[in-house]
Amino acid sequence: MLLIAVVGLGSSLVSRANEIHFLNALVSVAVVVAIYVFVGNSGVLSFGQISFVALGAFASGVMTVPLESKTGILPELFPVLRDHTIGNAASLLLAAAVGGVFAFLVGLPLMRLSGLAAGIATFAVLEITHNLLREWTKIGPGATTLSLVPESGTLQATVGALLVVVVAYAYQRSSLGRKARATREDPAAAQAVGISVHRQRLWAFTLSGALCGFAGGLLVHMLGSITTEQVYLELTFLTLAMLVVGGVTSLWGAVVGALAVSGLESLLGNAEDGIDVGFTLDLPEGSRLVILGALMALMLILRPSGLTGGRELRLPRRPV
Amino acid sequence: MILGALDAQTLVDAVGLGAVYALMAVGIGLVFGVLRLVNFAYGQLIMAGAYTLAFTSDWPLATSILACFVVVIALSLLMELAVFRPLRTASPAVMLVTTFALAFLLQNLALILDIRDGTLGEPAVSLASLNQAVSVGGVDVRKVTILAVVVAAVTLGLLALLLGRTRIGLHMRAASTDFRTARLLGVRADTVIGVAVLLSGVVAATVAVILTVQLPFVEPQFALKETIVVLVGVVVGGIDRLWTATLGGFAIGFASGVINGALPTDKTVFLPSALFALVILVLLLRPAGVFAPGRTAVVDRV
Repeated sequence: MLLIAVVGLGSSLVSRANEIHFLNALVSVAVVVAIYVFVGNSGVLSFGQISFVALGAFASGVMTVPLESKTGILPELFPVLRDHTIGNAASLLLAAAVGGVFAFLVGLPLMRLSGLAAGIATFAVLEITHNLLREWTKIGPGATTLSLVPESGTLQATVGALLVVVVAYAYQRSSLGRKARATREDPAAAQAVGISVHRQRLWAFTLSGALCGFAGGLLVHMLGSITTEQVYLELTFLTLAMLVVGGVTSLWGAVVGALAVSGLESLLGNAEDGIDVGFTLDLPEGSRLVILGALMALMLILRPSGLTGGRELRLPRRPV
Repeated sequence: MILGALDAQTLVDAVGLGAVYALMAVGIGLVFGVLRLVNFAYGQLIMAGAYTLAFTSDWPLATSILACFVVVIALSLLMELAVFRPLRTASPAVMLVTTFALAFLLQNLALILDIRDGTLGEPAVSLASLNQAVSVGGVDVRKVTILAVVVAAVTLGLLALLLGRTRIGLHMRAASTDFRTARLLGVRADTVIGVAVLLSGVVAATVAVILTVQLPFVEPQFALKETIVVLVGVVVGGIDRLWTATLGGFAIGFASGVINGALPTDKTVFLPSALFALVILVLLLRPAGVFAPGRTAVVDRV
């Protein structure tokens, strides 16, 4: 948590040009921790969490576009969406609500699946969400860019990311979180002591969906404009890479992975344009994702528990 | 209205598409059978083959196609050695995530290679003459459609012979039924998996040749959409058996061909949603697939 505060503070100190990288890292933390709440605690793979990020981003984005420009850029919206605009904070709550409700409805049937089937079914959810957001112009901008979303600075991203981490931490320490992790470790034993695997997974999925939606709100306010392609396969890949690199089974792993990989990603993204790091580093376009893909595959093969080994951070205690 | 627009032309094209998808389904199903691995990166094998065809388009045709097969098979075996083998004991979900990473890696590697000349995408035109149509009973049939159907039929026939009549085929069937018991009875794991991966590479190269005729412009995203649709078909048909997976692949290719041919574009924009909703329904209600006999499920549920 201290780490995030430091990143937040750091981003307000550095120059305008570098600020975006810090913001990016903060929002990445929010998204990855939100995914961790489900994938990490339940042990079930999901490719679908980015669909809740997408929904949150578009819900929050569409509702904060200033009224006077709304009819111009989003003419086909449902009247209720077109004629109202809400503030940033309210839009984040709305994003969380939309994400949570949608995750609950989707999770109700899907949480009966696990393993491979869960992976494929959640992937299907991502495809459906993407298809609907892209083609249904009554609820959003469709295939065009949603622009004119008010941008918000470091404070919102920092507080937002902190909030997500705090909620994730509180959940994981609560009895619900412990039950969810029990179903991860041994579903049969968990059921034998009276824990409903389906119900616990559904709780985790819903909370994760709400946090994902919230993080999507942070994302859209960081970017100021967004297309459906930005919250689709590549983001799914990036965030899964962050989670895997950090360590899927711990909150600390999710935070470390998000910060490390988004830092690396920013660096490589700059290197694709050519930067000076003692010598001039100039990588061809696309090498960013090649390196991240290789890193993720290597991590899965050589150290499946991630950088942190799946453990939480323990401060050394003074002997009493 | 749908039936009205369903002329012989649409049906022929749909069969051609179904044949290509059935081939891809075979390639995915073969590896799944022995490894329990859903290969997200299968489309990138095809993409690699298509790029090979594009980069070698000024070579003699036979050499160019040979190069395509060599590259795809080599890449396929490399994948097995470097990635699938170390992960053999990992859970199917971990393997799925890894091939997802692999797909991104290969796609962007292709991007790097592709934009060296400053433009995105390469034309692969060496086989363009196959796009010419021949008239069969008043219906224009592109030569490539005939090729696709013939190649698919021959490949499936050969595969059926291999699996049904040879020793290695027997081993592969044994391994896909129960890998551990098969090993205990003397089936060599590395050989069986190697052959499955090799065959799936051969199929991928074949698909690359056919697909570049139909879509002569090769990009890093080449075959990505097709692979996702085929995965849908395979799951809906029943991934646990090779023939149900193949049938699923053919069915989804045929169905999309018919729907896209019969309906105007603005009516098909939500088609992907319907397809993926179907996947979820099948996984929930009939996890062994719609073509699988009985209700034996490979999917563990809670």
